[in-house]
Amino acid sequence: MAAVEITQKRIARTYTIVWLTWIIVQSFILSYIGLGMKQAIIDSVVSNIFTAGLGIILYNILQYYQPENDNFVYLRLWALFLAVADITIVNEVLKYIYYDDEQYLKVLHQSLPIRLCFVFLMLAIITLLTWVQYYYINVQETMERNANTETMVREAELSKLRQQLQPHFLFNSLNSISALAGSKPEEARKMIQQLSDFLRGTLKKDDQQLVTLKEELQHLNLYLEIEKVRFGHRLNTEIHCDESLNGLILPSLLLQPIVENAIKFGLYDTTDDVLIEIYTRLERNELVVEVKNPFDPTTASPKKGTGFGLTSVQRRLYLLYARNNLVKTQSQEKHFTTTIHIPQL
Amino acid sequence: MIKVVLIDDEPLARSIVAEYLQSYSNIEIVQECGDGFEGIKAIAQHHPDLIFLDVQMPKINGFEMLELLETPPAVIFTTAFDEFAMRAFETHAIDYLLKPFSKERFDKAMEKWMKQKAAPQSTQALIEAVSAQQEEQHQVVVKTGSSIRIIPISEVLYFEAYDDYVKIHTKDGYHLKKKTMQHFENTLDAAIFARVHRSFIIQVAQITRIDSADEVLLKNGVRVPLSRKGYTKLKAVLGL
Repeated sequence: MAAVEITQKRIARTYTIVWLTWIIVQSFILSYIGLGMKQAIIDSVVSNIFTAGLGIILYNILQYYQPENDNFVYLRLWALFLAVADITIVNEVLKYIYYDDEQYLKVLHQSLPIRLCFVFLMLAIITLLTWVQYYYINVQETMERNANTETMVREAELSKLRQQLQPHFLFNSLNSISALAGSKPEEARKMIQQLSDFLRGTLKKDDQQLVTLKEELQHLNLYLEIEKVRFGHRLNTEIHCDESLNGLILPSLLLQPIVENAIKFGLYDTTDDVLIEIYTRLERNELVVEVKNPFDPTTASPKKGTGFGLTSVQRRLYLLYARNNLVKTQSQEKHFTTTIHIPQL
Repeated sequence: MIKVVLIDDEPLARSIVAEYLQSYSNIEIVQECGDGFEGIKAIAQHHPDLIFLDVQMPKINGFEMLELLETPPAVIFTTAFDEFAMRAFETHAIDYLLKPFSKERFDKAMEKWMKQKAAPQSTQALIEAVSAQQEEQHQVVVKTGSSIRIIPISEVLYFEAYDDYVKIHTKDGYHLKKKTMQHFENTLDAAIFARVHRSFIIQVAQITRIDSADEVLLKNGVRVPLSRKGYTKLKAVLGL
């Protein structure tokens, strides 16, 4: 749709041209039915300038106040009232100018109903056009908003991808493989396998999919194995999961960003060895997963604690379950714990 | 013998550099370090001719580590993915290796370094440029004697210009850092810290009273002068 720009200037110009044309037309009509040319012009100018002015006022009021659909009757009554007032005043003014011209007064009197109809019609048209303009602008704005939303959705998709495939993770893993290829080719091959399985798992699953806890932990394990090769003895992990919980469900790829956050937080905030602990349990029909990592309370800024990873987890859970209290974080002495609750439907 | 120190938190990342260096008979790896603190110690002890340095490391990153050195040695950076750092390397013609890198690429970097060895590297300028580009500063690393302190930015009450240094005031005293006020003004979050005077940047949350247009009282009782521009800026930050 080609957008025609509606400017105030353009509206004003069109409005002036329409009224000037009508003033000329009305002058000719009046002279045709028997008035003198000068009288016809003055009549036409006086009555139409008044109506035009009224139209401008109406237009400006409607810029600030647009009635709901069911108030249109009300609006028409208003237009009618304005038309009556307009005709009354114009009538008085013209009577005052030509108080001694019997013939003119007769014509004026006889044409009152038709004048009233005309003014009412004009005001009704102005109201309608104002509404059309308002509606048009509204549609344009909605279209713009929709376009913006679409871009935002696309960007979110992209950042989701980037988050799951952190370039740091990917390139550092490849670098580890490169190092192993020289000295321990068997291990290099194994790591390539793990990295491939991990990437395949990431690409396969979509955001909406629900998977079992067992599947999710398997995927998580691939990730942890790779990270352990990268960081060597510094990184240790413990996953506590009772077999009875295996069948519980959760959104796919939910745990990895949380654990990734914990690893980053733990490994980059201390120089010691790091133990990441993962606990799972069923509590009031909710799967509860706790991820615990060490941190240094003297240097960690609280802002760093709720990183981008957690924000996106929170957002995802909110979109799926419409609840805001499913992600909790807590720091206790030297340990930081992220707890998530996943309602079992 | 040319002395080399490897600094990277991933053991395998160090091992590949070590492997590539085996073909250089005149080079000796004097130490491998897993973080910046070890790196500083090793550099002070061995005075290496060249270091291989990772950017992302625990506690303090590669640049923060270099900042703490009086005379940084020649550096070849190794990094997986740091867009802003790569831009800085390029503008300062400092070589860097993108992980994973090949032996050929590695040899090229070594060759370049051997040629340039005579000319001093522009490491200092690089450090300045990189720290100015960092998105948001969340800690300041300072060195007093041989101890290194990491001060979370929220604990800094105010910064004060002091000749070529900046005094970083915290509740237990101040630390000196060789930096410019301009540097801190550029890298600090403008909603939290305000440059209220040519010589002062204060943490806005530390303000307890503003009695007049030329002075502000901090919670710890210190009075900090306001310049006319600083007063206007402060009013804007506080939404007055």
